[in-house]
Amino acid sequence: MSGTAVIRTRGLTKRYGELRAVDGIDLEVAEGAVYGFLGANGSGKTTTVRMLLGLVLPTEGSAEVLGAPMPASRTTVLPQVGALVEGPGAYDHLSGRLNLALLDAAGPDPLPRRDRRRRCAEVLEQVGLDPADRRPVRAYSLGMRQRLGLAAALLRRPRLLVLDEPTNGLDPQGIREIRTLLLALNAEGTTIFLSSHLLAEIEQMCTDVGVLDRGRLVLQDRLDQLLRPSGLVEVHSPDAHAAARLLGDAVVEVAGERMLVRADDAASLNHHLVGSGVRVARLGPYERDLEQVVLEASSVPPAPVETRAEVLTS
Amino acid sequence: MIGVELVKLVLRPRTWVVLGMLVALPTLVAVLLAVTDVAPGPGEGPPFLSAVLTDGTLFPLAALGVVLPLFLPIAVAVLGGDAVAGEVQSGTLRYLLVRPVGRLRLLVAKLVTVVVFVVLAVLVVAAVAAVEGRLLLGTAPATGTVSLSGSTLTPQQLAWRTALALAYMVVCMLGVAAVALFLSTLTSSSVGAALGTVGLLIASTVLLGLDAASALHPYLPTRYWLAFVDLFRDPILWDDVVRGLLVQLGYLVVFGLAAWANFSTSDVDG
Repeated sequence: MSGTAVIRTRGLTKRYGELRAVDGIDLEVAEGAVYGFLGANGSGKTTTVRMLLGLVLPTEGSAEVLGAPMPASRTTVLPQVGALVEGPGAYDHLSGRLNLALLDAAGPDPLPRRDRRRRCAEVLEQVGLDPADRRPVRAYSLGMRQRLGLAAALLRRPRLLVLDEPTNGLDPQGIREIRTLLLALNAEGTTIFLSSHLLAEIEQMCTDVGVLDRGRLVLQDRLDQLLRPSGLVEVHSPDAHAAARLLGDAVVEVAGERMLVRADDAASLNHHLVGSGVRVARLGPYERDLEQVVLEASSVPPAPVETRAEVLTS
Repeated sequence: MIGVELVKLVLRPRTWVVLGMLVALPTLVAVLLAVTDVAPGPGEGPPFLSAVLTDGTLFPLAALGVVLPLFLPIAVAVLGGDAVAGEVQSGTLRYLLVRPVGRLRLLVAKLVTVVVFVVLAVLVVAAVAAVEGRLLLGTAPATGTVSLSGSTLTPQQLAWRTALALAYMVVCMLGVAAVALFLSTLTSSSVGAALGTVGLLIASTVLLGLDAASALHPYLPTRYWLAFVDLFRDPILWDDVVRGLLVQLGYLVVFGLAAWANFSTSDVDG
């Protein structure tokens, strides 16, 4: 990975009694990255995020955020971090803008009051909410609440955004807007740590991927490394067995009429097969998508729902 | 942070509903007394109530005597119990902590806010009761207000003793506030924390009525609540007032530290 690490954990562990909600994970998030933190519900994503933010104290291991140990340095680190943790939180009887203003006023900030007010209006517009909206948050839809939570995370122009399921409750249009916004912020230098159980979301946005499976980090790499060409060609043929005999060691896998063949060039493989009298129904370079990569990494069959950490993180 | 908490207190409709209820009960009492002219006999019922028919200037104290044993502590329990648990329930605690607001700062701000509410409540009840007493129950006899010991108090004496009594009532609520705050850090249910606090106060009252528990009496939070009456004797009987202050300080320190110890080391999962 290039650049300095914005988040680095070593053996980070959280145990609840017997259960290891997070089990010795070594995260490494480079500056300027959009890091996708993938995992099923209850795999320990939220607990990890909470530990990074100093809300939950790790049982073992250490975490560094922006180069300083957490939670020891939270007073210096957290002002540079914007966070959305497990859904937005707001005072229902107050307007979105007042919620933001109160949250902003709760902590220290060098900005004068007038600039703070302007900043609240700015971030509200940025996430697509109307700063003049006087309705109480009670009247907001789930998507609007989510946008308000994002606005709160963006309020102080943080160097690092830690977002837990940021597009939860948004419609496809909203998801696209937020994605555009986050990518624009990233282009300006903000590092984004994004946890999600939505593969597509990660695949579309992220430069790096970490996969959490029942508390363990089973995969961590650059996305382009994970999805690099495999050097395999996928062949569908009614004469699969004949083809397998013909190609010998180059065949990696045969399943029914489908086979994977190691070959540099799909076109010449096709020519070779057809020339030898093998009928080819379909043929093309084999590209893994993120879903397959993730499924391979967390190859152990999923545990029954009730034994997972879900209860504890919800 | 304290400023933010005070703004939140003012912006909450609940604050004003509770204040309204605190004022409503003494008002009802004043109206009933004025209409029926039937006061409890001397030594019966809430303090000062037997005297207000002849002297309306004592009604603020009578009103607070009516509110203090039950209404005010319940209000404090509700506010204190909501302090941390309410932030967990609205999902805002985690955002305050990553803002970042120090956990100790947050607790102190919450406690100060509850105390401000108590001061406000006591002042509002006293002010409204003063007006009501004057209008409905008549002014002090020309000879001046009669103290509980039979001597007369000048208006100045009455004024500063009333101020002392108000301050003492505020202090009496400190213990309740600290207990409620502690329970609020223990559970994520505001109602649970408030009910727990009220439960403790009821237990204290029950034990006070039990001679077998007399060894415990000096340490019970409600034991000296009505000691403000002693401020209107001549000379002032300080013993119980001072003991009351010490007991409340004790509760404040013990439960305040417990709240801090628990909150500063607990995982914030809400």
